[in-house]
Amino acid sequence: MLFNLRLIPLMPFIGAALLMLFGRRWKRDTVVLVAAGAVLASCFVAFDAFFTRLPEVAETGGALTDVVWTWFSVGSGDTALKVDLAFRMDALSGLLCLIITFIGFLIHVYSAGYMAHEADYARFFAYLNLFCGAMLVLVLGDSLPVMFVGWEGVGLCSYLLIGFWYTDNANADAGKKAFITNRVGDFGFLLGMFLLFQYGGSLNFAEITAGATPSSALMQPFWLGQPVVFWAALLLFVGACGKSAQIPLYVWLPDAMAGPTPVSALIHAATMVTAGVYMVARLHAVYLLSPLAMAIVALVGAATAVFAAIIGFAQNDFKKVLAYSTVSQLGFMFAGVGTGNFDGGIFHLFTHAFFKAGLFLCAGSVMHAMSGSGDITRMGGLGKKLPWTHGVFVVCWLAICGIPIFSGFFSKDAIIAGAFATDLYREAGLAWVGKLVSFMLMAAALGTAFYMSRLYFLVFTGPSRADAETQKHIHESPGVMVGPLVLLAIGAALGGFIGIPGALVDHPELNLIGHLFEPVLGHELEIPHGIEIAFIVISTAIAASGIMLAWAFYGRGYREPAHQVAFKFPRFVALVRDKFRVDELYDAIIIRPLRGLARLLFQVVDRVLIDKFLVEGVGAAVDVIGRIARFFQMGDAQRYMAVFAIGAAGLVFFASRPPVPDDLRVTVEGMSVQVDARRSGRPSARELQYSFDFDDGREEKQTVPEAHHAYRQPGRYTIKVTVTDLRWGTSKSLKQKVEVQ
Amino acid sequence: MPATPTAAREGTTDMPTSYYLILSFVLFLIGTSGVLLRRNALIVLMGIELQLNAGNLALLAFSRQLGDQKGHAFAFVIIALAAAEAAVGLAILVALFRSRQTINLDEASLMKR
Repeated sequence: MLFNLRLIPLMPFIGAALLMLFGRRWKRDTVVLVAAGAVLASCFVAFDAFFTRLPEVAETGGALTDVVWTWFSVGSGDTALKVDLAFRMDALSGLLCLIITFIGFLIHVYSAGYMAHEADYARFFAYLNLFCGAMLVLVLGDSLPVMFVGWEGVGLCSYLLIGFWYTDNANADAGKKAFITNRVGDFGFLLGMFLLFQYGGSLNFAEITAGATPSSALMQPFWLGQPVVFWAALLLFVGACGKSAQIPLYVWLPDAMAGPTPVSALIHAATMVTAGVYMVARLHAVYLLSPLAMAIVALVGAATAVFAAIIGFAQNDFKKVLAYSTVSQLGFMFAGVGTGNFDGGIFHLFTHAFFKAGLFLCAGSVMHAMSGSGDITRMGGLGKKLPWTHGVFVVCWLAICGIPIFSGFFSKDAIIAGAFATDLYREAGLAWVGKLVSFMLMAAALGTAFYMSRLYFLVFTGPSRADAETQKHIHESPGVMVGPLVLLAIGAALGGFIGIPGALVDHPELNLIGHLFEPVLGHELEIPHGIEIAFIVISTAIAASGIMLAWAFYGRGYREPAHQVAFKFPRFVALVRDKFRVDELYDAIIIRPLRGLARLLFQVVDRVLIDKFLVEGVGAAVDVIGRIARFFQMGDAQRYMAVFAIGAAGLVFFASRPPVPDDLRVTVEGMSVQVDARRSGRPSARELQYSFDFDDGREEKQTVPEAHHAYRQPGRYTIKVTVTDLRWGTSKSLKQKVEVQ
Repeated sequence: MPATPTAAREGTTDMPTSYYLILSFVLFLIGTSGVLLRRNALIVLMGIELQLNAGNLALLAFSRQLGDQKGHAFAFVIIALAAAEAAVGLAILVALFRSRQTINLDEASLMKR
């Protein structure tokens, strides 16, 4: 144990803290050194843990763990809830760690160049470091609550970085939109977590996995005839939908492009948005118990893949195209994990991290060259002017299209073939789901090839459509930006080789990722050879036809077919360009009613109830009381003293009065009476004299508060007792009527 | 010296405690009427002084009667308090005089406008 796992998230946190405290006063070089150094250090620890220590324990399904302290512990027995702040690295979280720290480091380096002219340099890197730390907590956390801390942490950093240029209102709004949309998802996440705990009894991943058996309490019916596990899985998936931008909560991600481009690359393409996929894979045991939930995950993923790809056809902003592409690719991942093909989903997550980060950084490089504009209708012909960026983009473009050898081909093919071959839903009578998802994904793959090729052709080929002034300034980015680009391109080109479908040539061990994940995620999905080969051919054909179609429309600039389509279906093209007006729909059915309700509450509750009644009412009441009280105030110290003296005299008077009972206790027995004049029946400490007048001429003076008297004749009498304080000479009397017979 | 004050005075023609108390009461009344009736703030302060000393006298009388030294201790505390009060009171009077060239309490009615 050379390094503790806790060091992996701790390093970026320390970096963030240092940058927030001192960054403003440091030189830019120091800021970069601290920020990138912190991530590099945790990258080093992560690689060390993953490659030297994890293999020792991973073969047997074990994992590296590091318990920092007990976070909280409540209850006892069956309902005990104990959550440790603990980290756990197995093959799954380890691979994610490598992606986060390695790509995170590259993007820190790239940002050093990209943000070079930025005034708020230290703040940017502080947030970026904070993000890396939170993301590492998310993947390394060994229980749902710890994961949730990271989950919220990355959400916060996402918000802060989307609104990094906060002086522009649109950016601040985009940040708010991302945060609020995510809150919707987080609500589902929390509810799912509660359900899992209530019926599963644990929030620890290892215990959840061990406890998720067909005989567990999770299988009991809960609502609408579905078992607990279905609802827990579905609610958690709502959380995943928010974080990973799936229908219906995907709307924030395209807007999130308002942030700086390195942020889009790191947070909104490579890492944070894949957290939902990771979470589903992490809880695969739970999801596998409910084929229906799995079907929903797969269908939502496939629908998102198709839907976002279609929107990508008509976007004219470089980063917006990539944003919808990310939404679409995340859909692929969910379709992968949703069809029980967890290896495939995570594999695509891995390859996507490289090629999409590469694409985004290319976008940054292009926008850097184009004086900050991302409008692809004003680009073109950049291939010769930006040779490095062009080369990297080509590699990443071929990877995302799914051209063989490049990484995206392997992972996307694995998902599509897996969806077709899966028999996960057969028991639930939903066998059609796999086939449907597979066909939807093929359509999405065709769309992906088309819109990515459109982007490529419009930006890098043909004549330039930019104005002369912009053209003069086009230049290749500095080495500090190109270097990370090249490394990402290498990953995008070769990353696929860790997931070769080795079973095809009877060497399953060639599939490194499947082998790696077997102890964690179970056996990889078995795909019949025929289907595998067929899908390799089909995928390649789809990618090639998508690219050729795009060439026909957009090769070397806008071509005749592109204009024709826009001319023939103007309304449909406008609808796609407006992103199917989903934002407007949400605005109409959710935001406006909410605003109306808020306005109503404001006018009625706030303005009238709180302002008028409570605030002004209290004020008015005080005013009235003050007016009345003022009447008694004369402002003359001596008169106050006079009142004080009278009051003091009164106090003395009352205090010196003998303690007299509230009423006499008189007991009548025939002709005799018994009188008790003690206050509350207790003897007094003072020297008192009691004078009893029985109203028949007899009078008795004594120091005892009780007296007995026998009447001679029946009749009505008034007994009068006078209590005298012998020391003060004060007295008081009490009367009571009695009737004797 | 006798063991207890009361024991030593038994049988002698010492003044009864009630005389002291009556004197104390009279002093208190004079002080109170000074406080309440005079308009000169200086005299009012003197009246307060009289009230405090009337209290002291009563304390000492009871202390003597009961043979308990606590009354003396209280009297000392009150003397210290009276000194502090006089210092503060006189300072206020000086400030009052500086601000309005009079120490007539009827004029000092800023609390009510």
